[in-house]
Amino acid sequence: MLARRLALALATALTLTALPLAPTGAADPPDIVIGSVLPLTGASAQTGAALRTAQLLAQDLVNGHVSYPLPMVGKSGLPHLGHARIKLVFADSQGKPDQARAAAEQLITQEHAVALIGCYTSSTTATASQVAERYGIPFLNPDSSAPSLTTRGLKWFFRTTPSDATFADNFFQFFGDLKRTKKIDVKKIAIVGEDGLFGAGAGDAEEQLAKKYGYTIVSRIAYTATTTEVNAEVQKVKAAAPDVIMMASYLPDALLFMRGFKDQSVQPQAIMAQDAGFIDPNFVRTEGKDAEGIFTREVFSLDIKHRNHAVPLINQLFELRFSGKPLDGNTARDFMGVLVLADALDRAGSTKPDAIRTALQKTNIPGNLTLMPWKNIQFDASGQNQGGSGIIEQIQDGKYETVWPFDVAVSAPIWPMPAWKH
Amino acid sequence: MEALTTFAQLLVGGVLTGLVFALVAVGLTLVYGVMDVVNFAHGEFLMLAMYATLGLALLGLGPLLGLPLAVIAMFLFGIIVYRVFVRRLLAGPPEATVFGTFGLLVLMQGLAQAVFSSDFLSVPSPPFAGTIRFAGLPVSQASVVEGCGALILTALLFAFVEYTETGRAMRAVAEDRIAATLMGIDVQRINGLAFGIGAACVGAAGGLLMLSYPVYPTAGVPFALTAFVVVALGGFGSISGALVAALLVGMLEVFGGFYLSPELKLVPVYLAYLVVVLVRPQGLLGRR
Repeated sequence: MLARRLALALATALTLTALPLAPTGAADPPDIVIGSVLPLTGASAQTGAALRTAQLLAQDLVNGHVSYPLPMVGKSGLPHLGHARIKLVFADSQGKPDQARAAAEQLITQEHAVALIGCYTSSTTATASQVAERYGIPFLNPDSSAPSLTTRGLKWFFRTTPSDATFADNFFQFFGDLKRTKKIDVKKIAIVGEDGLFGAGAGDAEEQLAKKYGYTIVSRIAYTATTTEVNAEVQKVKAAAPDVIMMASYLPDALLFMRGFKDQSVQPQAIMAQDAGFIDPNFVRTEGKDAEGIFTREVFSLDIKHRNHAVPLINQLFELRFSGKPLDGNTARDFMGVLVLADALDRAGSTKPDAIRTALQKTNIPGNLTLMPWKNIQFDASGQNQGGSGIIEQIQDGKYETVWPFDVAVSAPIWPMPAWKH
Repeated sequence: MEALTTFAQLLVGGVLTGLVFALVAVGLTLVYGVMDVVNFAHGEFLMLAMYATLGLALLGLGPLLGLPLAVIAMFLFGIIVYRVFVRRLLAGPPEATVFGTFGLLVLMQGLAQAVFSSDFLSVPSPPFAGTIRFAGLPVSQASVVEGCGALILTALLFAFVEYTETGRAMRAVAEDRIAATLMGIDVQRINGLAFGIGAACVGAAGGLLMLSYPVYPTAGVPFALTAFVVVALGGFGSISGALVAALLVGMLEVFGGFYLSPELKLVPVYLAYLVVVLVRPQGLLGRR
């Protein structure tokens, strides 16, 4: 108790002494307001809080003077705008599309945001970005992966994260690389996914790409995510005898399938998962040894430190602000999103929407100046970042090890996956 | 030969699935049989039991050692809910119990989300994760344990209702509440006991299901939905009917999933339900 009070007093004292060092308000240009729509309450509130923390960290680094190998960090605000500081103003979407629309409206009309960022779930991003389009305000989406978001023909919409279509494509690039480097030949693929937007979308993308690259789909199974048993599904996969099973599942169904595959000795060369249930911390905890060898796509890994040494430093700063929880794919992407907007604002040298939009279109940030495994950040005509890609991890000794792309990999892939141990 | 093996495998899978459904359905049908109350929060009782089992497991009491504790805790919880809440609903119009227990569902899901967050939680390295061979067919150990648990639970409940003094009193209340009161049966006590036993049943179900499923605030919903179909199909209030209907639903789901398509696996289940409702509205083994 005493220790805590002492710590509190010390912190207060430090803050007070630090205050005069901060730039004084009088001569400063006004702060530039960026509106952020996030699920701050509701079922995704925990993620929302993490994303808010990540965005605020990015804001403070842009306004601060400590430099990292990241765009616009440590220049005491935006140099081309007289070192104006950026200021994030948040509005709550509650994870609901209609609330997201209202939140975007409020940020534009009442807070006079010059640009918007958000909104995590694809359905809320869809409605909030429609509002930005109507007002002619740039909207940057760092974290929603539904492919349809960039096929709506919006003029003011920009997305830095790769979509699910890109993530699916990564699997096939991985197969191609395996064939070239290790003479591993994959032919027959089974696609198993829950029948919601996530699983069906991923499955459709995988099916199209398989055709494009010349693989055979031997089974395509859609099931309801809330199912309590997968007997028939497992038997169907077994009968199809695939080389690779591609899964898009949440945790309960992922566990059911794992148990079913094991019991029925369904033994493909590999199981490739679209994150979700397969990267839940409970997955490895529950499956133990049975999880060994599972591949999953991810958007981010701390292993990227081998390419940009800012990764562990930003991770530390984030942990300090977010009760010790490390950066993950969502927070890293939202952190980068704020930097991309800051970069565009600075190059625009103006807060006029048209100027910001033109600057965003000319964005070109090399991949090694990001926290992500991306090639670069450069938007195409639809507003989609063309340089985005995911990574592929494999569970080895109970840990998720990056195995692809090979330039950020820390381990060699184990192929085929180990046989089930009964 | 291969087709035959697949068929046998599906049969075993269907039976074991059906037994899991029975596990959840028997408590629901008991409460209905005695009180004429459909407890819409039944799935949330199951969810609570799963969290309780997880808590005990994290304290070092594995799912099976923790099972009796979960059963006792849920029994007490059921009696408290009856005393504080359901008893008052029974005094009101018939709709009161529908809206009341539905309100309880919303409240329990909301509380669970506030307290436990919406994350999936599961028992670390649960026991019975292995596979055994049954007549040459591979079967998951956990499913066998769950299936045996369901059979034991149903048998115990059936014996209790049929052969004990209290069980007979329950049947009397179910048949005619006023006559039972006139015969000196304390209806409130019997109702409370039935509600408690119904909750204890999901306590056992929750304990067993944690062998195969993670828990989250809406974990009870898919099981409860099937349980409602099972109870209606087997006959409201019939314990043996629930077992028969659960096995039927399990097999229809598994066979439908394989021979039709996984997307359509619930179609035969609801079709059977429709046919039974039209041809035999009281359910397979229901009275009247």
